Amino acid sequence: MSAPQSYASIVGEGIWSNNQMLVALLGLCPLLATTTSATNGLGMGLATTAVIACSNGTVSLVRHLVRPEIRIPVFVLVIASFVTLVELIMQAYFYEMYLVLGLFISLIVVNCMIIGRAEAFASKNRVDRALVDGLAVGLGATLVLTTLGALREFVAQGTIFYQADLLLGEAAKGLTVSLGDDYQGALIAILPPGAFIGLGLMIALKNVIDKLVRRLKTAAKPAHSDPAAHAEAAAT
Amino acid sequence: MKTKSILLAGFVLGAFAVSGVSLVAVTHEAVDGRIADNQYQAMKRKLDTILPSERIDNDPLQDGIEVKAREYLGAEVTEVYRARNGEDPVAVVLEPIVPDGYAGPIKLLVSVLHDGTIGGVRVISHHETPGLGDKIEETKSDWVLEFNGKSLRNPPPEKWAVKRDGGEFDQFTGATITPRSIVNAVKSTLIYVDQQGEALFKAKPAAPADEKERT
Repeated sequence: MSAPQSYASIVGEGIWSNNQMLVALLGLCPLLATTTSATNGLGMGLATTAVIACSNGTVSLVRHLVRPEIRIPVFVLVIASFVTLVELIMQAYFYEMYLVLGLFISLIVVNCMIIGRAEAFASKNRVDRALVDGLAVGLGATLVLTTLGALREFVAQGTIFYQADLLLGEAAKGLTVSLGDDYQGALIAILPPGAFIGLGLMIALKNVIDKLVRRLKTAAKPAHSDPAAHAEAAAT
Repeated sequence: MKTKSILLAGFVLGAFAVSGVSLVAVTHEAVDGRIADNQYQAMKRKLDTILPSERIDNDPLQDGIEVKAREYLGAEVTEVYRARNGEDPVAVVLEPIVPDGYAGPIKLLVSVLHDGTIGGVRVISHHETPGLGDKIEETKSDWVLEFNGKSLRNPPPEKWAVKRDGGEFDQFTGATITPRSIVNAVKSTLIYVDQQGEALFKAKPAAPADEKERT
């Protein structure tokens, strides 16, 4: 086995450079279906994070016990158990949110992202690393879900975090941003095509940022021999 | 050797299945009461908005019956909750299903007061187009409040239709099918309640609501 990854690089990959939704394009079903508002996106993201962290941890714990030929059914069992747990807990403590997301919570079971991390990472790494990886990947997914939800909600009905109190309690009412009742809205954003367009824009934006960062890095390298260019790179 | 490794694999898999199921079962047992309570509270909050609670002294959710009237109420079996004040009937609440929504069935909650007027209509679940048909939700528009106080005499039965069909009820710009099907469903609910009369109040209650939800 190669040298174990540092925590920082695991987190960086999970959230940004190997973001499962923007780079691997896994888990598109919940992405498209539940991101009609920032609150829904956040709720779905947190539920997914809980499942992926628990399943990563468990899969890593038992990785020496599970023989290769039965690893996939074992992963499926582990993930299905945790999804059912999350579903029950949501029904008990976030009932209103459960009513909105209900069906899609059970569908976390078939989210390829989770079994993907179990197979590609958790089954080959120590428990602590597997947990960090699960949390980072989940956080990356939550960021994408929430951003896309906020984007679609804002374009379609001129609000962000409308009904945030369903998920985060009464105090979260202050989170809601609204353009007021006069905003007519572009319906397409909240319909399924809006999710594809929004996701496309987010992937494009990520690629542009990556490209800019790379250009800055290559520009900064020869700067060691040229003090003027060095100062310029630092200024930007 | 081969058999041994197959057996071992089967044993490991079985152990995972057993521990997964027990984990779920334990959690289910722990939060079950809370979930039933949530469902009860959510339903009660909805009922409170469409019933004259100051005139009611029973718990309608504990006084439910099941009726079979597919041609009027849309579902094979429909729940009917009775609200009373002592021995006097006050209102019935029905859960009819609108079979012909624009995007599939729509579930309603309709309360009919004893004098035949509507106490309120709420949409419980639907799949109508966001921004067009979803104005039937009380949180999005006041449209469902139009039904308050209406009955089969006010407006007369032939006026129970959307304005485009010559009736009294508003439709939405760009969405006529949704309001039309809901107006029809509410009308046939009223006809059903009118036909049944006192029988709805006299029927023996079914098992208490919270026990049913647990199954």
